Amino acid sequence: MSENEDDIILSELDDEELVQQMMDDLYDGLKEEIEEGVNILLERGWEPYRVLTEPLVGGMTIVGHDFRDGILFVPEVLLAAGAMKGGMAILKPLLVETGAPKQGKMVIGTVKGDIHDIGKNLVAMMMEGAGFEIVDLGINNPVEEYLDAIRREEADILGMSALLTTTMPYMKVVIDTMKEQGIRDDYIVLVGGAPLNEEFGRAIGADAYCRDAAVAVETAKTFIARKHNQGVAS
Amino acid sequence: MTNALSRLLETRDWLLADGATGTNLFNMGLSSGDAPELWNVEEPEKIRTLYRGAVNAGSDLFLTNSFGGNASRLKLHGAEKRARELSRISAELGREVADAAGRPVIVAGSVGPTGEIMAPMGSLTHAAAVEIFHEQAEGLKEGGADVLWLETISAIEEYKAAAEAFALADMPWCGTMSFDTAGRTMMGVTSADMVTMVEKLPNPPLAFGANCGVGASDLLRTVLGFAAQGTERPIIAKGNAGIPKYHDGHIHYDGTPELMAEYACLARDAGATIIGGCCGTMPEHLEKMKEALETRPRGPRPTLEEIAEKMGGFSSASDGTGDDGAAPRRRSRRRG
Repeated sequence: MSENEDDIILSELDDEELVQQMMDDLYDGLKEEIEEGVNILLERGWEPYRVLTEPLVGGMTIVGHDFRDGILFVPEVLLAAGAMKGGMAILKPLLVETGAPKQGKMVIGTVKGDIHDIGKNLVAMMMEGAGFEIVDLGINNPVEEYLDAIRREEADILGMSALLTTTMPYMKVVIDTMKEQGIRDDYIVLVGGAPLNEEFGRAIGADAYCRDAAVAVETAKTFIARKHNQGVAS
Repeated sequence: MTNALSRLLETRDWLLADGATGTNLFNMGLSSGDAPELWNVEEPEKIRTLYRGAVNAGSDLFLTNSFGGNASRLKLHGAEKRARELSRISAELGREVADAAGRPVIVAGSVGPTGEIMAPMGSLTHAAAVEIFHEQAEGLKEGGADVLWLETISAIEEYKAAAEAFALADMPWCGTMSFDTAGRTMMGVTSADMVTMVEKLPNPPLAFGANCGVGASDLLRTVLGFAAQGTERPIIAKGNAGIPKYHDGHIHYDGTPELMAEYACLARDAGATIIGGCCGTMPEHLEKMKEALETRPRGPRPTLEEIAEKMGGFSSASDGTGDDGAAPRRRSRRRG
């Protein structure tokens, strides 16, 4: 394939070629190349937000689609997300400085009794890559932990993950507690995890079940857009 | 090597394994989020009841209540120091029930995944994983398990680490992976990959196969994938009883006993020797499965179309095996 080709010199590519190349590099999980590409674009005067959206979010969208379609699997997505993180580390302070638009804020965590956080971490990384602010509560979260965090952080979205038959019902415990406290409708509640399905998500009172990280990002964007529209209307 | 499972496999051409652990324990009052393994000490009679449910329904083999009984997972409940003890007791209770059955019943010491990603992608080193699995293996051995039973594994590296630990414990074992992502494990392992890996192990399992995942159709497709590799090693099929639904505060899997009976026969026709259920499979499912395996004749290996017709469609068009032109391919990149 391309082994015999000469190495591509990123700084010699024009903007359009460089963005394409960075999307490829992100797909291949090449962290150093992504960091280099981000720095080159910044040196060329690109707004940090544009660097985030075009090569990085654009590249992660392709990764997300191929993950959804069973072409890429967890190891490849972890590598890509690692490369993305490298780019984000450079951009984050600049984005704060320049007051780049935010998609929304999500509190996310794996439910009580469940240690599995691979899927949850993927969602957090992909959401961050899509411009959301993420507060990651880690694994084994009791209901109080979730509720304290969404209040404290003034989150828009609560994301819960479970991988076991023995832990998935706990999501309902959290949602029921939110209802009791009259705060259920103040938040968008998204749930995910291998054993779940759409009907289960609906039955426990979540806004949506997201079958993978790519779907989670799309779903979150849709709900945030709807929320904003309602805000304008009322 | 002589062990109870090998002896049973010599005399029988199919064995009925057990069904769900978690779903059954919920019905006995386990709260979501609590560690099922703590019940080995706190509610031993309920664990005996769980085991008896499978034995009375006709299972030839059941798994111990030790799926999450490794130090990595028990840490959540502050019980990481009790991995060996809780595993041992799960097997002791199993031994009691199996020895009272009046026929040979195998006690299979369940070993679930650590829940961590292994190095270099993740932080769990091979040595640490071997140590975690070895500790649990010794506990299950002390408690009198006939074989160790690795299940719901996604990564080749983790399967290998467990195999090495079981060699250290000098125990015969079986091991299944969970194919829940477009017909592969979430780490991208296909059924064909698993056969290749298993046959290269220095201490290969007595039997290997698939458990859990998404629905019975996908699991049967995976069994066909194993069989297509021409393996002589007994194949295990432990599929879920349909998909989970939520009714009146309870998780309920929508697969009926009749459907699971159909699944059991299809699994046998597809090439499986050890057949059981996973999540949602209750004693009433096992009874129907047993009856069907005993009374219905063997059939030819089912096609994918026949499986879809009887059990419902697949979760993905391809499972990553064969040279199916329609199978999705990784994009070709300009470099890398």
